[in-house]
Amino acid sequence: MINEPILNIRNLKKYYEIKQGLLAFRAEPIYVKAVDDVTFNINKGEIYGLVGESGCGKTTTGRCISRLEDPTEGSILFQDIDIAKIPKKELRGFRKNVQMIFQDPYESLNPRFTVFQAVADPLTVHARNQSAEERLDAVVKALNDAGLKNPQDLLERFPHELSGGQRQRVAIARALVVDPKFIVADEPVSMLDISIRAGVMNLMLDIKEKFKIAYLFVTHDVAIARYMSDNMGVMYLGNMVESAETDELINNATHPYTRALLAAVPIPDPDYEWVDVPIKGDIPSPINLPTGCRFHPRCVWAKEICKEKSPETIEVAEGHFVKCHFAEDMYGNEAPLPISEFKEQPPGEGAGDDEN
Amino acid sequence: MTMLDVKDLTLHFKVKEGWVYAVEDVNITLEKGETLGLVGESGCGKTTLGYGISQLLPDNAHVKGGQVIFKGQDILTPSLKKDGTLKPYRQEIRELRWKEISMIFQGAMNAFNPVQKVGDQIIEAIRVHNKKMPRQEALARVEDLYKLIGIPRDRIDNYPHEYSGGMRQRAMIAMALVHNPSLIIADEPTTALDVIMQRRILSEIKKIQNEFHMAMIIITHDVSVVANVADKIAVMYAGRIMEYGNIKDVFKTSANPYTKALFGGFPSLKGPKKRIASIPGNPPSLVEPPSGCRFHPRCKYAKEICKTDRPPFVTLPTGQISLCHFAEQVQQGVMQ
Repeated sequence: MINEPILNIRNLKKYYEIKQGLLAFRAEPIYVKAVDDVTFNINKGEIYGLVGESGCGKTTTGRCISRLEDPTEGSILFQDIDIAKIPKKELRGFRKNVQMIFQDPYESLNPRFTVFQAVADPLTVHARNQSAEERLDAVVKALNDAGLKNPQDLLERFPHELSGGQRQRVAIARALVVDPKFIVADEPVSMLDISIRAGVMNLMLDIKEKFKIAYLFVTHDVAIARYMSDNMGVMYLGNMVESAETDELINNATHPYTRALLAAVPIPDPDYEWVDVPIKGDIPSPINLPTGCRFHPRCVWAKEICKEKSPETIEVAEGHFVKCHFAEDMYGNEAPLPISEFKEQPPGEGAGDDEN
Repeated sequence: MTMLDVKDLTLHFKVKEGWVYAVEDVNITLEKGETLGLVGESGCGKTTLGYGISQLLPDNAHVKGGQVIFKGQDILTPSLKKDGTLKPYRQEIRELRWKEISMIFQGAMNAFNPVQKVGDQIIEAIRVHNKKMPRQEALARVEDLYKLIGIPRDRIDNYPHEYSGGMRQRAMIAMALVHNPSLIIADEPTTALDVIMQRRILSEIKKIQNEFHMAMIIITHDVSVVANVADKIAVMYAGRIMEYGNIKDVFKTSANPYTKALFGGFPSLKGPKKRIASIPGNPPSLVEPPSGCRFHPRCKYAKEICKTDRPPFVTLPTGQISLCHFAEQVQQGVMQ
């Protein structure tokens, strides 16, 4: 049971073609490589935290897994079925097993649906033969499981009559009602107030324990990913640059980007001394990607080879994968290679400025 | 001399349903070169307080009491009409605003005019207060500021949409600095930014402050953002300041149940992984705030007195002020 994957994501790619002006029809199509060759596993009953900055492709990865987007290439194996290749017509059976929770519960709930209608809606698709009583029971149970007290009183309310935390719990109940095996949660707590956030995070952890549901937990907040996940992956410009068991990744961060990301996370402790963030420049445009390693223009350890050759993904320790030419030298070292040209360089002047 | 002294400030909004009790009995002081972190959840009144100090309030805002003393002068009282609303036009406050008290607005994405070049907008901010300054001179000032905040010179003639999020935020900071103000009020200055950019902007703010010694109020919902930047912290809940003091005292020896719960609700990247505690219930409506202590319906220590009496401001031996009937016991951790 332990470490048995529920999802195998292999070489997942999602490219978007950019529409150009009228006269560009003869030109080569231009693509935004939102997700480019991403490979990872999600284990049964575990939470996989996917972190990265905005535009890194983490949300697109989640949307491909729930087939809200059709992947360009690659496979997503779920119980020996390749999700990426299910024809549109046959998605219904799959959607019963894979549900989604979105960032903004103000937008993800239909304002004209009562709580009952919202939570019962998936049942009208996936459990058509239910009697009215059975359906009501299922809805009340799901609301209960989502930590809402006195669900009976909420059934006839509309989303605008609920608080933010309640709304997100209704969204969670809607995902739970069909008894899924897997949930894709895209920034589920980032819109919530701090005093509410902890409750929703703890609820999701409890649901994981109780129902053995696995999650893909997409977030920009590394501290939240650490709290929630068993394994995690870090994305940068469409690539998975590092992935490992969560504590291993936090304690032995190896990829230069992961190191920069972790160094920049604010620590709620006034005695904490800021460490330097080893990174330069800004995120380059996803249309015009750097050659070789995509991180090289911002990497303070970059060498010649990084400009020329895209690095392989290397397993530096069991289950710890790093996409860097120098992964083995970097692993477990404080500052292994000499910092070549590291200086506090203001953005806008860096090699990876967004105007190129 | 104290740079800013806000005394018993109470600000209400008149709405269809009655009154929104947005800010009540707020007391804060700020010296030259000091940074105050004003922390709280959405709707707690932190932004209203910030805008109240610079008198950028909507028409339905009524000042029900208190003073804002800036460099020894009460700047609020002369601006008020009899019913407590702000006079539509008062030359003195316009002179002060931006020249002495400037702001960094929330969401720099929208704070700039999209159809005007960023440089021109900053030049405009300079020349509003220096009408006789030639354009060339103002442009030179913009160039200096761009150098200071690290945007290349050739970006002055760009439009806002050509800037990245981080650059827009930097340009916003440059605009706040044009007149070397004595006080900057920054409303969620890094909220829309990614962590790496957030760190850079915060470092930038720290650096600039060390250079020019201005006082600063950073309004944020994220305690960890101000933990390493601010000297003082004021934690706001439902319109009232729950705890106020030096940042280390408030963090290390918190004397208020809300502050404790708020700090405990953050997962951290460092230290052991432990289950974080949530606060039961929801933030209250400010139209019908709870009686007594506004936190009492969610407070695990709440007693009878908390429901009926507004708690006093208790000054703790450690120096901070806590709005709690049982501040000492809470601080010592002996509260049941």
